[in-house]
Amino acid sequence: MEFTEKKPSFDDQPILQVKDIVVTYGSFVANDHINLDIHPGEIHALLGENGAGKTTLMKVLVGLLQPKSGKIFLENQEVTINSAITAQSVGIGMVHQHFMLIPTLTVAQNVCIGLRSAGYPFPDLRKVSNRIRELSERYNLQVDPNVKVSQLSVGAQQRVEIIKVLYRGARILILDEPTAVLTPQETDGLFEVIQNLAQQNNSIIFISHKLNEVMTISHRITVLRQGKVVATRNTPETDVRELARLMVGHDLGNLNVRHNVAKTTTPPLVRIENLRFVDERKLESLRRIDLDIHEGEIHGIAGVDGNGQEELARILAGLFTPTAGKVWLAGQDITHASPARRISAGMAYIPGDRQRTGLVLDMSVIENSILELNTHNPYSKNGFMNFNEINNLATNLVQSYDIRCRDLQQNVGTLSGGNQQKLVLARQLFRNPRFIIAMQPTRGLDVGATEYVHSMLIEQQKMGSAILLISTELDEVLELSDRISVIYGGQIMGTFHHGQTKKETIGLLMAGKTL
Amino acid sequence: MTQPSPETSRPSVSFGQILQRVFNPDLASTLGSIVLAMIVGAGLIALRGVNPLLAYQALFDGAFGNLNSIAESLIVATPLALAGIGVTIAFRAGVFNVGAEGQLYIGAIASTYVGLKFANLPGYLLIPLMMLTAMLAGGLWAGIAGLLKVWMGASEMINTIMLNYIATFLVSYLVHGPLQEPGSPLGQTAMLPAQAWLVHILPRTRLHAGLIIAVIVSIIAAVVLWRTTWGFHIRVVGKNPIAAQAAGIKVNWILLSALMASGALAGLAGFGEAAGPQHRMIEYISPGYGYTAIVVALLGQLNPLGVLAAAILFGGLEVGATTMESAVGVPSAVVTVIQYLIVLFLIGRGAFDLIRQKLHREKKLEQRT
Repeated sequence: MEFTEKKPSFDDQPILQVKDIVVTYGSFVANDHINLDIHPGEIHALLGENGAGKTTLMKVLVGLLQPKSGKIFLENQEVTINSAITAQSVGIGMVHQHFMLIPTLTVAQNVCIGLRSAGYPFPDLRKVSNRIRELSERYNLQVDPNVKVSQLSVGAQQRVEIIKVLYRGARILILDEPTAVLTPQETDGLFEVIQNLAQQNNSIIFISHKLNEVMTISHRITVLRQGKVVATRNTPETDVRELARLMVGHDLGNLNVRHNVAKTTTPPLVRIENLRFVDERKLESLRRIDLDIHEGEIHGIAGVDGNGQEELARILAGLFTPTAGKVWLAGQDITHASPARRISAGMAYIPGDRQRTGLVLDMSVIENSILELNTHNPYSKNGFMNFNEINNLATNLVQSYDIRCRDLQQNVGTLSGGNQQKLVLARQLFRNPRFIIAMQPTRGLDVGATEYVHSMLIEQQKMGSAILLISTELDEVLELSDRISVIYGGQIMGTFHHGQTKKETIGLLMAGKTL
Repeated sequence: MTQPSPETSRPSVSFGQILQRVFNPDLASTLGSIVLAMIVGAGLIALRGVNPLLAYQALFDGAFGNLNSIAESLIVATPLALAGIGVTIAFRAGVFNVGAEGQLYIGAIASTYVGLKFANLPGYLLIPLMMLTAMLAGGLWAGIAGLLKVWMGASEMINTIMLNYIATFLVSYLVHGPLQEPGSPLGQTAMLPAQAWLVHILPRTRLHAGLIIAVIVSIIAAVVLWRTTWGFHIRVVGKNPIAAQAAGIKVNWILLSALMASGALAGLAGFGEAAGPQHRMIEYISPGYGYTAIVVALLGQLNPLGVLAAAILFGGLEVGATTMESAVGVPSAVVTVIQYLIVLFLIGRGAFDLIRQKLHREKKLEQRT
C-alpha cells in the first residue's frame, strides 16, 4: 500500500524538539542524550528493538518519567512536562498499546472520564457526543459515541483511544506499537486514519519494531539502539535492509526456509479431530478444530490473540481436558494422556507465557534444565538425583544454545527474556521431540533472539519433527510455515499451503470473514 | 495485547504459597528479628518494673543454665523439631499444614494403642512398630485434608485446622472411654510396657532418645528435599505449580504426598511424647506444639537443619519462661509474645523484600519497554 499525499516540509520550525534527554535507572542508561524533532504534519517513526529506549522516551514526553537531564521545546518554548496533565495541556497525547478503556461504558463516557471540562459532577454527554461525532467525521474515524466499548472491534477500540487523545486537544499523537493487536485489514484502516491526521497538520510519533510498516507509513524514521539515536532517515531514502542493520547493529542472516510442501501425502504424525473446549466460565473457546501435522512440517496457526490459540496449545500439552474430540500422536490416542506420558511419547511444549508455564523463575538454570527429565536415567537413579549428569546436561545446554548466564546456579528470573526463552527451547529441543507445540515462541524477543528461535525451529523441522507454530505475528507464520491454518472464534477458517494464498485472504479469515 | 489466562484445571495456588514467598529470610534477618523481638520484650518487662537484663538472665539460666535445664529444653525441642520439619515439607510444596497439632494427637494415640496391644513384643520390634503406626496415622489424618484439596480444591488451611479439633476431641473421648486406664479417673491410657519407653540418653535427666530421632529425621529430610526427585518435585510445585504440571510433574500427587509426609512427621512427634516423657497417652499431651511448630518451621527458614536449631531455641524459651516467672515475677506470657514477635518481624522483613522486588521488577519492565 502506497500513500501519495503532501509531504511535510522539514525546513519550517519543528513543533516539538527533544534535546539531549538522558534517563537512567540506577546505572542503566535507558535514554542516552536523545535528540529528536517533530514537524507539524509529520509521521515520524521511532524504530528499535525491545529495550532500545522507545517507550522510555515516550514516557518522558507524556510526563510519566522525569529525565535526568535534557530539554523539551514546544514551538521553540522550553516546557517541563511533569505530569500527564501538563502533557495534555501542551497538546501531547499517547495511544497506549494496551487500551485504557472501560468496556461497560459507552464511547462518550470513556472519552470524558477524568475531564472536568465535560461537566462536573455530571458530564454533559450530549455535548461530548457531538464533539466526538465532529472529530470522527473530520478524521473519518467512524466511531459512534453511544455504543458500548465492549461491542466494538479491536480496531474500533483503538480509534476510540485516538479520539480520546484528540478530544483532549492533542496535536502530537504518540502511537505505541499500534498494529500489534490488529489484523492486516485493520492495520490498513489505521494507516488511513494516521494519514488523515497528519494531513490536517497533526504530528504522529509511530513506535514500532516492524520494518515494513514503518516503511509504509512514515515520513521520517529515527532508529534507537541501546538508548541512543543511531540514525534519522527520510523514509524514501532508506530501505528495510539498512533499517534492520541500524536496529540490530549488524547484518541479519538470511532465513532460507526449505519448504517440504509435498510431505503431506504420508499419514500425519499428529491428528486433531473435532476438538471442542468449554471452559469453567462456560465459554466455548474451541468450537471445532480439525488439524493434522506431518513429520517435517511446520504447521502455522495464524489468528488474532484470544481466538482459542491458548486453549488449543494447553489441550495438546495435556494441561486442559477437551470437552469433546480426540488427539492422536503417532497413531496413539493421547486425548487423556498426562503431560508426563506425552513428554515420554516425544512431545515438547514451548508455552506462550514462559515465565509462568515454562520456567520456575525462582530456581537456578541447572534446576530448570531438568524439569522434565529429572526422573529419567541417567539424571536420577532410584529416586536420587545424579548431580554430575545434571550438571553436564545443563552445561551442555548452556553452551550449545548460547544461553548467557553468570553460572549454572543463577536464578532464571534474573536472565534476560531472550535467554529465558533459549533455556525453554534448549530444554525442549535437545530431546529431539517428534512433535513440538510452539506457542508465540518469539513474543517479546528482540530481532536477534527471534532469528535464533526461528532457525532452531527450522533445524528441528529438517530433522523431521512435526511443529505446530501458533503465533499472532502473521509475518512469522507466513515466513516459517509449510501450511497455514487460520483460527477465529475457536474454529479453523481455512488451511493453505505455503505461498498458495495471499496475505489479504488470511487477514480476512483472521477477522472472521468466510471466503 | 490481551493475554488469555484460562483458569481451567490449573493447580490451586494457596495462601501458603504466598506466605512462602513473603517468607524467605536469610540468617542475618532471622537473627535480627530475634534481637528486635528481645528488645521489645525488654520493654514489656521494664513496664512491670523489672530489670530486663535480670529477667533475661533468669530466662537463659532456666533454659540452658545447667544440665537439667538443657535437658528439659531439648525435651520440648524434640516434638517442635519433628512437627516443624513436617510443616516444612508441606510448606515447600506450597501446602500450608496448620494441622500438625491434630496429626500429633492422632499419631500419639495410635502408637500408644499399638504399644499396649502388642505389649508382649520385645522393644526392638515394638518401638519401630509404634513409630510406623504413628507416622501412618498422622499421615492418613493429614491425607484427609490432602484429598479434599486435590479432589475439590478445598483449602487445606481450613481443613487441617478443623481436623485439629476433631483429633483432640476424638482423643479426649478415647482416653476417657474405650482406652481409659482401668480404674483411673484421669483422662489417660494405661502405661506403656517398659520396653516401649524411649531410653534416657543423659544421666540424671529426663532427656530421651526422641531427640536422636529428631536429629536423624532432620538430616533425612534435608537429603530428601535437595537430593531426591521427590524433593525436587516438591520444591518445583511449591514455587510454580503451573510450570511443574507442564513439565509432567504430577502436581496433585506431590501436594497430597507432601502433606501426608508432613502429617507423618507430626505423628512421629506424637509418638515421641507418648513414649518419651509421658510413657502413655494423656488427654492434653501437647500444649500446642503443632501450632508452635509452624513458627519454628518459618524461623528455621524452611530448612530441616535450621528448623532443628529453631526448635531448640523455642524449647529453651518455653522452659526458661517458667524459671523467669518464678525467679523475677515476670509472667511467662511475655516469652510467648517474644516468640510471635520474632515471626512478625520476619514476615515484615519478607514483605519488605517483596515490595522491593516488585518495585525492582517494575523498573526492569520500564527499562525493557
